[in-house]
Amino acid sequence: MSPTCCHSIFTSSVGRKYIMAITGLMLSGFLLVHLIGNYLLLIDPALFNAYAHKLTTNPLIYGAEAILILIFLTHISLAIKLTLENRQARPQKYYVRKLSGRGATWASSTMPYTGILILIFLVLHLIHFKYGALYYATYDGVEMRDLHRLVIEFFQLPLHVAIYVATMVLTGFHLSHGFWSAFQSLGFDHPNYFGLIKKISLLYAIVIAVGYSFIPVWVYLSPYIAGGTH
Amino acid sequence: MSSSKNMTLNLKVWRQKSKDAEGKMVDYQLKDVSPDSSFLEMMDQLNEELIAKGDDPVAFDHDCREGICGMCSLMINGRPHGPEDETTTCQLHMRKFSEGDTVVIEPFRARPFPVLRDLIIDRTALDTIMQAGGFVSVNTGNAAEASAVAICKCDSDLAMDAASCVGCGSCVAVCKNASAMLFVSAKVSQLALLPQGQVERRDRVLNMVKKMDELGFGNCTNEKECEAVCPKGIKITNIARLNREYMSAALF
Repeated sequence: MSPTCCHSIFTSSVGRKYIMAITGLMLSGFLLVHLIGNYLLLIDPALFNAYAHKLTTNPLIYGAEAILILIFLTHISLAIKLTLENRQARPQKYYVRKLSGRGATWASSTMPYTGILILIFLVLHLIHFKYGALYYATYDGVEMRDLHRLVIEFFQLPLHVAIYVATMVLTGFHLSHGFWSAFQSLGFDHPNYFGLIKKISLLYAIVIAVGYSFIPVWVYLSPYIAGGTH
Repeated sequence: MSSSKNMTLNLKVWRQKSKDAEGKMVDYQLKDVSPDSSFLEMMDQLNEELIAKGDDPVAFDHDCREGICGMCSLMINGRPHGPEDETTTCQLHMRKFSEGDTVVIEPFRARPFPVLRDLIIDRTALDTIMQAGGFVSVNTGNAAEASAVAICKCDSDLAMDAASCVGCGSCVAVCKNASAMLFVSAKVSQLALLPQGQVERRDRVLNMVKKMDELGFGNCTNEKECEAVCPKGIKITNIARLNREYMSAALF
């Protein structure tokens, strides 16, 4: 290992982009696993509650949560630092600035803003669910939190559904730039595969946005759909 | 869009007396601009009128006027080097504009590119990055026999593409973060791809990135505006190469 290794990775512009990329990809992975877990909700309340119970009572969860928090904090704090530096790099603004139409997209130009909105959502999300109302259910003599009931009740309010869906759409935009951008920052540019990475990036963003949004919409609408039950 | 008749243009030009003076946009109406003139000839025409009136001419950078020196700059209607793809300001023709158009002309803006006067900026920062590693200092002697060291055409083509960067700074000017990554990546790539560049390969990328950061350029956010406006068509695949070069140099 070179003597400049760790210092230059943590201080240089290029090195810090690696950290943004790696933490971003890890968070992308987390989102996918979380999404799969959420769908148990629509399959069977008992299954969803049992899954959540198994997850939260596993002693390894504390380590996993600590790592997850560390990844989030690294990604967020570094993003804020880099964005502030970028602002300082052009003290005098242009009188007219026109985008080429072939570079920046709405998603790429709003990364700091979508990022901040996702952060606010994340705090509310933890307050509403992880630290939300404590309902209990008992399956086969084991008492556990009835998170299913909490979710169903929460999404009876149209405002909750609207905020949740809006944030998931914004998250989709954030990911559509962030996902392929991570590969670019880490140096992937293979002529045969880069187009594929961009397509996967878009597909992934749509899966996350639509996948997460579907659940609250379904929970809200299902009483109105003939024969639909919770 | 193009017309053979001479036109009248409404110019909005950034005027600034000196580095520390306050600058402002000043309106000029310029009549009788030939569509066959180049953008810089239009600027010359404006300056002749200003001089005739006893005003200070607009200071702007230019040298070869044939698109190869990288000296001309100018942000024209919000785009470096104006509306034409892969074209420097000096090679831009007034036939790309129409009668009565408003043309906004500003200097390239970035913290490391201070405005010296009007539209002239100090791009020494790019030279300073080059001095940090954008060279080959091994003595290669006389020109070697061409087939002695075989170089894949695939690599020499990529090196040549990267080497077409004229260092004008339009990538910095257009980047919302004023990042110099496209410039630095082109300079790193042109040497990293060829045998002559191997000896200093590791130090080159570390030192050039370090210097780039010290000079106050922003961080790349992969938006590709630089690639879209580069007058030499430098691709961001060079930035990916720089990222790879830096990783292997920093870690191993």
